Amino acid sequence: MATPVDSAEPPTLSSLQHRHLLDLSTYSADEIQLILATAREFRSVLDRRIRRVPTLQGVTVANMFFEPSTRTKLSFGLASGRLSAETVSFSKSGSSVKKGETLKDTAQNIEAMKVDMVVIRHSSPGAPHFLSRCTNSVIINAGDGAHAHPTQALLDILTMSEHFDAFEGLNVSIVGDITHSRVARSNINGLTALGANVTLCGPKTMMPVGIEAMGVRVTHRLDEALEGCDVAMALRIQLERQDEGLFPSLREYHTRFGITRDHLTRHPDLLIMHPGPVNRGVELESEVVDHERAIILSQVTNGVAVRMAVLYLLAPGSRTEHAGRTG
Amino acid sequence: MEPTDRIKAQLMDADDLRRTLDRMARQIVELVDPDDDPAETFALIGMQTRGVYLARRLRDRIQSVEGLDIPVGTLDATMYRDDVHLRAQQPVVRATRIPFDISGRHLVLVDDVVYTGRTVRAALDALMDMGRPASVRFLVIVDRGHRELPIAADIVGRKVPTLPGEMVRVRLDEVDGREGVWLVEAERTEEASSSRT
Repeated sequence: MATPVDSAEPPTLSSLQHRHLLDLSTYSADEIQLILATAREFRSVLDRRIRRVPTLQGVTVANMFFEPSTRTKLSFGLASGRLSAETVSFSKSGSSVKKGETLKDTAQNIEAMKVDMVVIRHSSPGAPHFLSRCTNSVIINAGDGAHAHPTQALLDILTMSEHFDAFEGLNVSIVGDITHSRVARSNINGLTALGANVTLCGPKTMMPVGIEAMGVRVTHRLDEALEGCDVAMALRIQLERQDEGLFPSLREYHTRFGITRDHLTRHPDLLIMHPGPVNRGVELESEVVDHERAIILSQVTNGVAVRMAVLYLLAPGSRTEHAGRTG
Repeated sequence: MEPTDRIKAQLMDADDLRRTLDRMARQIVELVDPDDDPAETFALIGMQTRGVYLARRLRDRIQSVEGLDIPVGTLDATMYRDDVHLRAQQPVVRATRIPFDISGRHLVLVDDVVYTGRTVRAALDALMDMGRPASVRFLVIVDRGHRELPIAADIVGRKVPTLPGEMVRVRLDEVDGREGVWLVEAERTEEASSSRT
């Protein structure tokens, strides 16, 4: 496994060019590399005796989850806690929310509460963008509909970078329900920006028409997707989609698109990732989930580090006050 | 130098710097208890960025002159700074690599310039979170005065009286391709780059 780069080589950029993290499509390769480099340092904080740094003391982060989420919410909560930021949380199930109106109310409330940064998950694509236009807070998208989930892609990319020296020429296959996947879209944006080759694989009913325009290869055969592949990322099948007629049965899905022990044997260097939670026996054979080449749990640890890095790099300072002396 | 620097004086040239480091290496050796194995009980901690190279040079000198092996760690105190909310953009977090347990060790913190003392304060907090060193001493090439905290260096290359608008630039071959110490008039660059979208 590659170790993080040693001290001397700092990232080429010294700061992000964006005020918000709404979508990875507007982030350059250098910006992504800056986030990864910063995340590696925060990752090492998580291995220390005291896993907390005072970096964001005095900064208030609001976690606003309008859609159910366990791990992303927990991960953001841990990240801001480990940075000593103050965190307020808000959860509401999407169904009862009249979107436009309520979101605007929410925005006004955020303004009134003097929150510095807002982490938002919402079922409507573009909700974070809307918020960024009507508040002064820094907005971080924690998933908006099927549109984007940038911190998930960043943690996936960080996890890959621990195993490979470069993204240029790396072959990554994303397998599953591409149509409904914000994880896939954000990963495509980030990975192609870094020079990786991305292949998408899934049933025709779950493959958006014209997705090749994002610079990816599309196949409907798993064998083809795994040929010459370095990393296979399986996406979660939402079990409720069974009733929509997108695939005949879970068993048939597993037969055609499930990654099995047999695949790992045939591809001895293949690494397996999954954004979680895994349906064992659907996207991945149960044995594959527990295999040493499944790096799903390092994804989880890296999630906290990446979110610490994003919170740190986007933390708003004063734009008017005189900067203090250092040294 | 930075692009906006106006050089006022050269404080040290390559020979001065070499002699200062030779003397500092001897002063460090005097701190090592002759009954101890410094590989186990002593360490130099170089502060990012130039302190890292200074610490490595000191280690190499001590190794070649005295035959003592002293481990070197690298520390970036950015996460412990107290001015996050004062800056338009956050500084880059550089590497911290301390591949040994600092608890019970005598540490020498190495930096190029000491000014307000706030960076050293941050570094001390960072070290305390990583363990409980037996002692921490502070080595610096240039003390330029104007401390804002009760912090003093134990081993000093040179004390230089300066004005608040001036900066002291230590330049090293490894990072800068030139060697020496300069006093410059610096323009404020902190606010110059707040053009985020």
